[in-house]
Amino acid sequence: MDLRDLYEEVILDHNRNPRNFGAKPEGCTCTAHGHNPLCGDDVQVHLKLDDGVISDITFEGRGCAISTASASLMTEALKGKSESEARALFDAVRAYLTDKDGNSDADSLGKLAVLGGVKDYPMRVKCATLAWHTLQAALEHRDEPVTTE
Amino acid sequence: MSATRATGERVDQKIGHNLYDVHAVRRDFPILRQEVNGHPLVYLDNGATSQKPQSVIDAVRHYYECDNANVHRGVHALSERATNDYEASRDTAQRFINAADRGEVILVRSTTEGINLVAQSYGRPQLHEGDEIIISTMEHHSNIVPWQMLAEQTGAVVKVIPISDEGELDMNAYLDMLSPKTRIVAVVHVSNALGTINPVKAIIDAAHDVGAVTVIDGAQAAPHLAIDVQALDSDFYTFSGHKVFGPTGIGVLHGKRALLEKMEPYQGGGDMIRTVSFDGTTYNELPYKFEAGTPNIAGAIGLGAALEYVGELGLDAIAAHEHDVLEVATATLGDIPGVRLIGTAREKSSIVSFVVDGVHAHDVGTVVDSEGVAIRTGHHCAMPLMQRYGIAATARASFALYNTREEVETLAAALWKVKEMFGK
Repeated sequence: MDLRDLYEEVILDHNRNPRNFGAKPEGCTCTAHGHNPLCGDDVQVHLKLDDGVISDITFEGRGCAISTASASLMTEALKGKSESEARALFDAVRAYLTDKDGNSDADSLGKLAVLGGVKDYPMRVKCATLAWHTLQAALEHRDEPVTTE
Repeated sequence: MSATRATGERVDQKIGHNLYDVHAVRRDFPILRQEVNGHPLVYLDNGATSQKPQSVIDAVRHYYECDNANVHRGVHALSERATNDYEASRDTAQRFINAADRGEVILVRSTTEGINLVAQSYGRPQLHEGDEIIISTMEHHSNIVPWQMLAEQTGAVVKVIPISDEGELDMNAYLDMLSPKTRIVAVVHVSNALGTINPVKAIIDAAHDVGAVTVIDGAQAAPHLAIDVQALDSDFYTFSGHKVFGPTGIGVLHGKRALLEKMEPYQGGGDMIRTVSFDGTTYNELPYKFEAGTPNIAGAIGLGAALEYVGELGLDAIAAHEHDVLEVATATLGDIPGVRLIGTAREKSSIVSFVVDGVHAHDVGTVVDSEGVAIRTGHHCAMPLMQRYGIAATARASFALYNTREEVETLAAALWKVKEMFGK
């Protein structure tokens, strides 16, 4: 296994300079809290929905390079997407990261495909999916913190 | 570094440089002869669990191949051999901790079970509303949660001894906390996350002055320090087999006979009874009163072999060897820019916890693993301690009797690789 497959330059860049990192955007309509009790990764995802479209999205918290980059890439991908597009992307990302047979299609994921490096590191898959589970909780207006366990 | 060097010299003088050949010792541990991710395995996660010498593997294997039978029951040859070997391990454990009497040596599943046994069998009937239980900031969850549960059940209150930034207990705060309301003082001998060796003798003596009972979590002490429960005068002392080169699922709880005699059994079942009728049951003598059900016979036999192994090397020699590795690790890791050591107590066992600036512990763990180096990353089952330091997690290298200075260098080189990969 080559470590560079996990820590691709895109991942390292988004870890160093996370996009859309910060407090709730003005007019935030939903927010959710995600926690990975195993490693202490902690993330909050804030959404501003306008007529079913994600007009703004931010995240804050602390975590490893994989979870930070995953959250950063997620916010970048979702800005301007409709709620249903966001859900579809969540399903696609989850299927891709947890697919052991390599059947799932990375083409629809665009830049997010770099997260696929975690497939060779089963202990790290939860790091990559944390922000996405938190996004789903935000869309469903769930107050209970999401955990990866 | 001059202070630690001075300590090192004292240790050397005391044992007269009677160190062992670590490379010969390594050959006793078959698991160490392997490559991980294309590199020789450097196993530095001994705080989580230790590796097993061939003698332990052979003892467990021999039991299953030749002697497997239940203990304390049959009159047939196998049962007698199994019983003899099981009980011989208790005798070995008794010698290992210098217990006064074999009836005080209870074989349990783990340190965790030892602590829960004391909390429920001693604490639950004894404690009442307003009584106080003292623990410390550096406890493992297994020495926090059982006391919180006991407090919930009895109305007692849990108080917590603070620590300094270096990771030493605030003994003045502890002494101020003690009062006639203090019923139990439960502290860790060696911190799993910081490596701090606590002054347990002073803690126990002060607790006894107010009539409190002491429970010492020795999980991280047993592989590194000679334990003498009579000299310590501890009321309860517990440790796990798997951290001292024995199997998982076996551990030892030592308790003073006078306390154990008046305690209720922890669990009911076979082996812990003298007579059973539907009108009532009388309990077996110590230690069997606390060993309900078929015990972990193979585990106990393996533990006996492990304690023999440690005894033959000698804990003074082990402590001196590990002290040398700890000094090298402290200096080498401390010299890497951006690496900050967490836990710099004056008295330390061979554990080095650290954070790398700007890099999450899990990324550190994954990168060093790619170089064949196994370390622990996370909160080390000590979340309140992580909160004390304002961090989510640390990376931890924990050294055992078979680790070498060269392995420290391998870890250091891997940490440079971490910095190179995540540097800005």
